[in-house]
Amino acid sequence: MAKKLLLEKAHIENIRLYDVYRREGGYRSVEKALKKMTPDEVTEEVKKSGLRGRGGAGFPTGLKWSFLAKPEGVPRYLVVNADESEPGTFKDRYLMEFIPHLLIEGMICSSFALGANRSYIYIRGEYAWIVDILEQAITEAKNNGWLGKNILGSGYDLEIFVHPGAGAYICGEETALLESLEGKRGNPRIKPPFPAVKGLWDCPTVVNNVETIAAVVPIVNDSGDAYAKIGIGKSTGTKLISACGNINKPGVFEIDMTISVEEFIYSDEYCGGIANGRKLKACIPGGSSVPILPANLLLKTAKGEQRMMTYESLSDGGFQTGSMMGSGGFIVLDDRQCVVRHTYTLARFYRHESCGQCSPCREGTGWMERILLNIENGKGKMKDIDLLWDIQGKIEGNTICPLGDAAAWPVAAAIRHFRDEFEWHVTNPEDCLKRNYGLANYADALPA
Amino acid sequence: MIRFSDDKLNEVKQIIARYPDGKQKSAILPVLHLAQTEFGGWLSTETMDYVASVLQLEPIEVYEVATFYSMYNLKPVGKYIFEVCQTGPCMLNGSDEIIQYIYDKLKIRPGETTEDGMFTLKTVECLGACGYAPMMQMGKNYREHLTKEKIDHIIQECQQNLAAKN
Ligand SMILES: Cc1cc2nc3c(=O)[nH]c(=O)nc-3n(C[C@H](O)[C@H](O)[C@H](O)COP(=O)(O)O)c2cc1C
Ligand code: SF4
Ligand code: FES
Repeated sequence: MAKKLLLEKAHIENIRLYDVYRREGGYRSVEKALKKMTPDEVTEEVKKSGLRGRGGAGFPTGLKWSFLAKPEGVPRYLVVNADESEPGTFKDRYLMEFIPHLLIEGMICSSFALGANRSYIYIRGEYAWIVDILEQAITEAKNNGWLGKNILGSGYDLEIFVHPGAGAYICGEETALLESLEGKRGNPRIKPPFPAVKGLWDCPTVVNNVETIAAVVPIVNDSGDAYAKIGIGKSTGTKLISACGNINKPGVFEIDMTISVEEFIYSDEYCGGIANGRKLKACIPGGSSVPILPANLLLKTAKGEQRMMTYESLSDGGFQTGSMMGSGGFIVLDDRQCVVRHTYTLARFYRHESCGQCSPCREGTGWMERILLNIENGKGKMKDIDLLWDIQGKIEGNTICPLGDAAAWPVAAAIRHFRDEFEWHVTNPEDCLKRNYGLANYADALPA
Repeated sequence: MIRFSDDKLNEVKQIIARYPDGKQKSAILPVLHLAQTEFGGWLSTETMDYVASVLQLEPIEVYEVATFYSMYNLKPVGKYIFEVCQTGPCMLNGSDEIIQYIYDKLKIRPGETTEDGMFTLKTVECLGACGYAPMMQMGKNYREHLTKEKIDHIIQECQQNLAAKN
């Protein structure tokens, strides 16, 4: 069994309640941090742990914290990013729904390290029932002296609040999130200044993902060094993967980053293989924004090495033959599935979610959606495929925030690896709307 | 006249207290959610103007926000809203068939409401339930692992609920 740090206790009955959580050893890290450590020492442990942001970009968390400006007399904020809207991603939800106190505990240690006295959880509005779960956990924590004034007699004060969004993927981008938290439209800001200097209400702010903050608990409890020993290379610790699509056991899994992609897909401990006895055709391993890979490149790198579930291995080969860990949203397509149709739904998603500030993103996403729909419906021309390629290339790198890139990459990768499937749509317009696309040859023969 | 009850006004006060003094603009999103639930499931101009006055903001500040976020309904909706996710992972597991089935049963397309004002169908993008696909949001909760039988059951449940209320 793989080592579990976050979800080890998630299955204990009533772990959602304070009494059970505490009995199982909860809030020890707060006692340790507030009574025995200084804020800088907590940051130091996080640095040593090698923890990388779990929201998608994988930026080292300790380093991010050390950039926080600390001018005298100006409040600082920790904002937890619980916007979770990247297609394929539903891990933060699981953590908050089943073990909410872990997030609150992590927030107390992290806020203490950053010197924040008021911290927010920005949660996507659709997770309305989880707002209630979190608010109950906060009330329980407060009633038991873990929040409020002079926590544990340490002189440190902290309040935590939950702030619901209202349906906008772009509010997961950290500066859009801050705009939204200020009560505005979620338009990303031009950086610099970075939130670490000028964030929420112009004050220094750290934005971190739910899972990142939860991971601070085992780091404080067992030390950064202990955390860094788990995993391979710069992929330290454990990672939550939400697996979905055509697999036998969709769900949220905590992996230590030492297993292969093949084991993750076929082992009964994880995805349990492809559903309905079908074959693996393709996979988007890190949420809809990262490149799709055909089965052969997913399981082995272009160099023929076993591909592992680590940041480095998933991105081995760059965008030519690799992909990314991203948010850990693992989407599996079986050999019945049409890559053109799947890519079309993603293009529609990004068009819908573009905030509209930059013309390459606003116009480009809609244009790609329309072309993809045409091709999917058998109304496409060969030159449309080249046009798509051209459009995605002109969005990438030319926008205020990375949503533009996130919209371009899935289209680019789909064309790169499945060009003949696009061409098949153009040359077989009559067959396009039938369920079976006759392209099962993409699925590789797999080990029995 | 649109007005929050005293209870709800109290709730608004508590929401404002989450933010530092003078930052009550931050309360727009949560207060709009509250207003939408209280005043018929959608935000009329009158409702938005009222929210602006409660938060001491210009009406335009509220309109700007209300039109940006997809959870706010800017026109009247049915008593029950089926918000079916149609993004990639749900599509892989048959969301297209679910949308078609709802049309077959209720004769409404995405964006439409049944003539009796009972049901509205909306298509939405990924709701973070991809592993439990196909799925839809109904009010505060998710309905997951949808099948045709489940849809039948949910429609029946809504009709019974309403009959019980009347
Ligand atoms: C379009 C877009 C959407 C994003 N959505 C999320 C999200 O839902 N949750 C999240 O934690 N990070 C999201 N991010 C990444 C955040 O901007 C930010 O990098 C992250 O919250 C930092 O936390 P971390 O370092 O702990 O990962 C998104 C980024 C972009 C560009
Ligand atoms: S890239 Fe797209 S989402 Fe990001 S700021 Fe520009 S228009 Fe908005
Ligand atoms: S794709 Fe439907 S919930 Fe994520």
